[in-house]
Amino acid sequence: MRTDYFVKRVGQAVLTFFATVTLTFVLYRMMPGGPAEALQNVILQQQMGSGNTIDPARVERLVAQYTNLQSDAPLYEQYIQYMSSVFLEQDLGESLYEDASVTSLLAERIPWSMLISVYAMVIGYTVSIVLGAVMAFKEKSRFDSISSIVVIGLNSTPYYVVGILFIFFFGIRNEFFPTGGRVGLGVEEGFNAAFMQSIAYHAALPVLSMSVLGLGTALTMRGNSVRVLGEDYLRVAKLRGLRNSRIATQYVGRNAILPMYTQFMIGIAGVLSSSVIVEEIFSYPGVGLLVYDAIQVRNYPVLMGSLIVFTLVTIVAILIADLTYGFIDPRISSGGTDE
Amino acid sequence: MSSDRPDDSEGLESLFDADSDREPVPRSQRLERQFDLYVAAPVRVAMTDWRAIVGTAIILVFILMGTLGVWLVDKPTSGDAPVLEPPFQNPSYILGTDTFGQPIGAQLIHATPDMFRMVFAGAVVSVGFAAVVGVVSGFLRGSTVDTTLMAITDIIITIPGLPLVIVLIAIFQPGNPYVIGVLLGLDNWPGLARTVRSQVLSIREESYVEASQIMGISTGTILHRDVLAQLMPYITVNSALASRRIIFESVGLYFLGILPFTTFNWGVMMNIAYEGNALNRPDMYHFLAFPLLTIFLMSFGLVLFSQGMDSVFNVRLRARHSSTIDDDGGPKS
Repeated sequence: MRTDYFVKRVGQAVLTFFATVTLTFVLYRMMPGGPAEALQNVILQQQMGSGNTIDPARVERLVAQYTNLQSDAPLYEQYIQYMSSVFLEQDLGESLYEDASVTSLLAERIPWSMLISVYAMVIGYTVSIVLGAVMAFKEKSRFDSISSIVVIGLNSTPYYVVGILFIFFFGIRNEFFPTGGRVGLGVEEGFNAAFMQSIAYHAALPVLSMSVLGLGTALTMRGNSVRVLGEDYLRVAKLRGLRNSRIATQYVGRNAILPMYTQFMIGIAGVLSSSVIVEEIFSYPGVGLLVYDAIQVRNYPVLMGSLIVFTLVTIVAILIADLTYGFIDPRISSGGTDE
Repeated sequence: MSSDRPDDSEGLESLFDADSDREPVPRSQRLERQFDLYVAAPVRVAMTDWRAIVGTAIILVFILMGTLGVWLVDKPTSGDAPVLEPPFQNPSYILGTDTFGQPIGAQLIHATPDMFRMVFAGAVVSVGFAAVVGVVSGFLRGSTVDTTLMAITDIIITIPGLPLVIVLIAIFQPGNPYVIGVLLGLDNWPGLARTVRSQVLSIREESYVEASQIMGISTGTILHRDVLAQLMPYITVNSALASRRIIFESVGLYFLGILPFTTFNWGVMMNIAYEGNALNRPDMYHFLAFPLLTIFLMSFGLVLFSQGMDSVFNVRLRARHSSTIDDDGGPKS
């Protein structure tokens, strides 16, 4: 059972990745006039300075170099060619502007995005699960109504608005935190305290504004806990005279968290998504900012590469969540498809 | 079980009585009870739930803004008014004016109709898709259809929505609000579909559905009477949340300058203000603050509405409340 489950999940992850790469291929093909025509203008513009005359064959060659697409070959051949360069050579094409491969650009940026996303996710979910549970236990108390309003309020504030407000109050009005960059100037890189401190210092505001995304779970957690508190088995547990702490963690907590599985899954993708906007606001040089810069100049290879890498990170995160979830909820790993 | 629940106002003893009493009731009586449960009780609960009232009120204000407001207030043009007029000074531009001399209040109002178009298109696409996929998949659990649908759903859940939407927008450059709404809705449905599916699955396993099955009632009738009736409120709640998400994403994309500035939008205003360094210029604070406040208010309304509806429609919550307190409007313990 256990290995079956493992194989199934990993297979699913691989399939998802395959589908995403196929999707980027389809997106290239969907560009008005195909990739060659769509990229032609960008390439012409870029080659202007070099004084070379541009003939169509050269454009074809450049398109192939940048995107891995042989746009004059038959479609299936293009597809095989594209897929094999992504999967076999880890080649995501080349940036139209910097003289660098998309893979190397992304490899440099991805750890920073993951740093802020992972912390945002962990902080957001931990806070909201604890808060939601406490709110449910103190249902109808003043604490419950006040935190409900606060959570609803935060839930109605887009994370980028939170980011702007943070910059305003903690970056400009009071200069507690820096408003951009990921590490201070002149800080020596490496495993030293000053460097780590500077990283944490620069990441604090982006992390906090992204963690607002996870707070919606507090209300779900509250709702689930309230629902579980009304269940028959809880009445039985109370009648059995079980300790409150045991009821809280093993009966309520566990059964309230389990249905949120899907929400967590979407949350992982959502937090990574949000990094595009958050990183732009905080000028935090991660993959999100790379996407933002790429779209300004229609740097399609970088955009597609980022989409692939974003998905890859999400797939891995969800796979980890999936496999650990199997340990928590035995129903899942015993082959059930319903959660 | 839920449809046989007694009215909210009944006390503890009668609740327990009803629990043990599983005999089918006459049709007329059941209809009456269902009316009470699905129409009268929700309205009654809604009237006592401040979230439902405030949420509905805020949404109504925005609807008025988008219909009557557009008709009453002229479309702003550059140079209409002095540049960067502070708010609450001049009665003709209550919210002040921006760097181009356009009244901010009028801009906010004229951005509303397109916002609604976007939200409408996005909510219809995401919730419609989700409901169909979720119900079909939930009801055909274990079949090839279910497996295929869920595999597709899982793939789309995994692809981070915003980068995908950004790539799509980069390629197609949509200006039409309906198209933008649909694009944003496309990445929104899978999560909802999965939740609807698991909702269908859990409804299927409720004891009253089991009872119906044992009694030999046809699948169609069960689907119609037990499942869909339970799902509708759920779909209402999620439409409100999907709308909020579409507002967040579209305004965010306008704010980043990724969507083409073809129309008035709160995000466009934020973009112009933010790029104009409004955070460091006190004379521009209002230019950034009012759009921010508008987005907050609209999503606050939607979230409150969905929260209110959630408690209104939540059978278990209501049943539990009816057993712990005499009356939903009663004093909080």
